[in-house]
Amino acid sequence: MVATAISCAVQGLSGIPVTVEVDVANGLPAFTIVGLTDRAIQEARERVRAAVRNAGFDFPQRRVTVNLAPAEVPKEGSGFDLAIAVALLRTGRELPLDDVACIGELALDGGVRGVIGVLPMARRLAASGIRRLIVPAENAAEAALVEGTEVIGVESLAVAVAYLEGRLALTPMAAPPMGELAAPGGVDLAAIRGQSLAKRALEIAAAGRHNLLMLGPPGAGKTMLARALAGLLPDLGADEALEVASLYSLRGRLSDRPATSLRPPFRAPHHSVSRAGLIGGGAGLAQPGEVSLAHGGVLFLDEVCEFPRAHLEALRQPLEERQVGVTRVRGTVTFPADFVLVAAANPCPCGRLGQREGPGCRCSEDVVVRYQARLSGPMRDRIDMVADVPRLGGEALFGSGAEEPTATVRERVAGARARQAERAASTGVAANALLGAEQLVAVARLDVRALDALTTAGERWRLSARAYHRVLRVSRTIADLAGEERVTRQVLLEAFQLRGQSQ
Amino acid sequence: MTRHRLAAGDGCWPPGLADLDQLSGSCGVRSIWLEGELPPLPGVAVVGSRQATFAGLEAARRIGADLGRRGVTVVSGFALGVDAAAHRGCLAAGGQTVAVLGCGLAVDYPRSHRSLRTEVSLRGALVSEYTAWDVPRAWHFPHRNRIIAALSRAVVVVEAGEKSGALSTARWAADLGREVLAVPGSILGLANQGSNRLLRDGARPYLDVSDLADLFPECAAPRPSDRRRRPERPGGERSTPLGARDDAARVLALVSAEPVPRELIGRALGLRASGLAVLLGELELEGHVRSLPGGLVARARW
Repeated sequence: MVATAISCAVQGLSGIPVTVEVDVANGLPAFTIVGLTDRAIQEARERVRAAVRNAGFDFPQRRVTVNLAPAEVPKEGSGFDLAIAVALLRTGRELPLDDVACIGELALDGGVRGVIGVLPMARRLAASGIRRLIVPAENAAEAALVEGTEVIGVESLAVAVAYLEGRLALTPMAAPPMGELAAPGGVDLAAIRGQSLAKRALEIAAAGRHNLLMLGPPGAGKTMLARALAGLLPDLGADEALEVASLYSLRGRLSDRPATSLRPPFRAPHHSVSRAGLIGGGAGLAQPGEVSLAHGGVLFLDEVCEFPRAHLEALRQPLEERQVGVTRVRGTVTFPADFVLVAAANPCPCGRLGQREGPGCRCSEDVVVRYQARLSGPMRDRIDMVADVPRLGGEALFGSGAEEPTATVRERVAGARARQAERAASTGVAANALLGAEQLVAVARLDVRALDALTTAGERWRLSARAYHRVLRVSRTIADLAGEERVTRQVLLEAFQLRGQSQ
Repeated sequence: MTRHRLAAGDGCWPPGLADLDQLSGSCGVRSIWLEGELPPLPGVAVVGSRQATFAGLEAARRIGADLGRRGVTVVSGFALGVDAAAHRGCLAAGGQTVAVLGCGLAVDYPRSHRSLRTEVSLRGALVSEYTAWDVPRAWHFPHRNRIIAALSRAVVVVEAGEKSGALSTARWAADLGREVLAVPGSILGLANQGSNRLLRDGARPYLDVSDLADLFPECAAPRPSDRRRRPERPGGERSTPLGARDDAARVLALVSAEPVPRELIGRALGLRASGLAVLLGELELEGHVRSLPGGLVARARW
C-alpha cells in the first residue's frame, strides 16, 4: 500500500519539490527512510513514530519504507517530518492532498515546530504549481508573503489531519502587507555632528553603490556613519525584498529583520566571525553568510585589518560577481550577495596617527605601512572611496549649524539612482560602481576643463590605471547627484578628495 | 659597494674626529668603516625625533635642502623620521650627505631605507665605527652621536621630545665646542619639548639657513631660488570662475604649516563638504596644500 505527500528540499536560495512516498508492507515491523538523507531525517523515524501515536493515531506494526524522491537529490533538515507523517496516515484513511504540500518538524507529543527556510520553500513550491501549503504556525506569516499560495498554519499533527479530512475549517493566513513593519531606520544623519566629508562620502556611496573605506581612530563615529548609510539607500523592490527575506529565513534570522521590511539590511559582523559565517556554508543546510544577509544593503566591516586575511580574500568573489558560491561536499550552491561594503580601519595599530591632540602616534613607519598593507590587493581595488573620520574636539562637535537629515539626502540619492537607471537602458550597468574600464570612457563624459584637471592630477600624483577608474566612477556619481550631464572640473576635484592617500 | 677602513692618522682622516680624543673618558675613535666618498667636512648635523610630526619632517627636509643647495654637507644618523628627511632633502637639492650608522655597514637597518642607502653611498658616505656585521644595539645609537657631532661644525635639532636621542647629539656638540641650534616648535604637545628646552638653555634658534652664516659664509645671502615663495594667487588660471578664486584664497588663508582639520575650515567659512572638497582639490592640484591622514590639511610649502 503506497501513499504520497509533497514537501520541499532546499538548495541554496532555491529548492526542489520532494515527493514523500510511504509503503506499508507485510513483514517484520520496521521503519526505514531512504533517498539521500542526512542524520536529521534518519532521526525523523523516532519523532514520527512518537508523534503519530501521541496524536491519537495508530502506528502500523508492519514494514514501513519511506522514499524521498527524487532520490538522487541530497536532503537535509527536519522539515520533512510532517510530510512523512501525513503520507503514512494516508495509507490507512482518505486524505485528499491535491496541490497541497506539507512542511514542518514534529514534536514527540504530536505538535508541529517551526523550521528554517520556509519562505524559499514556499516560493519554490508556488513556482511548481502548489496552491496550498501546510506549514508550522510560527512560519505561516513568512510563507504567506508568497503570492497565490494559500497558507495554513498548524500547531499539531492532529489539526493538520483534521483539516485535510475536512473535519476542521482553518482560515488561510492573510499575506502581511509589505513595508508596513519597517525595520528601525538606524541612525539619522542629523544625529551625527560634524564629519561632513564622511557624510558626503556616504551620500555618494549610496547613490552609486560605491564601496567605502573609513579611516579613523576608535570612537570617532565610524559605526554610526555606516549605520546611517543603510538609511540613505532607497527602499528595496518587492521582489528584492522577498529575496532578502528568503535569505534571512534560510539562516533562521527573521527575528532580526521582519520579512515584510522594504528597508535595505545592515550587517556588521565582528572580526572573529568564521569563514562560513561570513561567506556562507556550515555543517547542515548550506546557510547564507553575512555577505548574503547584507544583500541589497550594507556590509560593515569594522576594524577590517583585524579580519583574517583569508576572509578578506574570500570577499573577492562577492565583490566582483555580486553573488557567492558556497562549495560543500554535496555540491555548490549560490547565494546572492550584492552589497555596499563599508570597511573601517584605524590609520595605524594604535589609532592615533594624524591626531592633533593627546599623546600622538607611537607606531613606527614600518608598522604603519605593514598595517595598511593588510588592506591591499583585491579588496583595495574594489574600494572606490576613502574618507578620513577624525575624532573631533568640542569645537566641531558643539558648533552651531543644523545637520542635514537623512530624508533630504535620500531624495538626492534617489534622483541619482534614477539617472543611473535611465543610462542602464543603454549601458546595461545598473550602478556606477559596476562600470568597467571600457564603459567608463563612454559614460563619464568629461568636459575640457575636467580633462585638464585629470591630466594634471595624473602627473602630480602618478595615478595608476585603477586609480583613474576609481576617480572616474566616483565622479560620474557626483555628477549624477548634481544632475549634470557631463563630469565637470568641480565634480572631478571633489572625487579626488575621496581617493585616499595611497601613495 | 666597496667598503674601506680609515684609521686615525690616515691622510683623509676627518679632522673633527680628533677633537674627541681631547674629551675625558675613552670616547676617541680609532677607526671607521666607510662606504662611498667622504664629502667636504665639517658639515652641519641635522637630527631629531624618529616619530616626527608632518611639520618636523617638512622642516628637516627644508633645512637639508637649503644646506645641500649651498654645498654644505649634511650629517645625520640615518634613522627614521627627521634624520631621513634631512638626508633626503639634501640629496634632492643636489647636495652631499654623510650618514653615521649605529650598526655595521653590511646590516640592512632600518630596512625601509634600502633605496636611501644606495643614494647616500653614491652621493656621499655611510660611516660606521662598527665592523660590517655588527647588529644595531640600543647603546650604539647614543654612542655614534658623538661622531655625528664631531663631523659637524654645528648641530641643528629639529623636533626632539623630552628623551630624544637628538639631545645626546646636542650634548656631545656642546662638549666638543660645536654650535647648537634648535628649531623652535609649538609649546603644545610633547613633540618639541626637548628642542624647546635646548633653546631655553642657550641654544641658538634656527629660523632659516642664514642663521648659519657666521659658520658657513655660503649661507649668508639668500638665493633667489629659495626665497619664500609667495603663494601665487590660488586658482589664478584663466579658466577659474571669479567667485571660486576668492573662496580658494579664503580657504588658503586658514591653512598653515601646522595641519588643520578640514572640518574646521568648512565650519569657519560656512562651506558644505562638497564645496570645500572642490576648493581644496583645486588648491591641492596647484600644489598649495596637502591633505594628510586624519582629515587634516596643511600648506604644501612655506
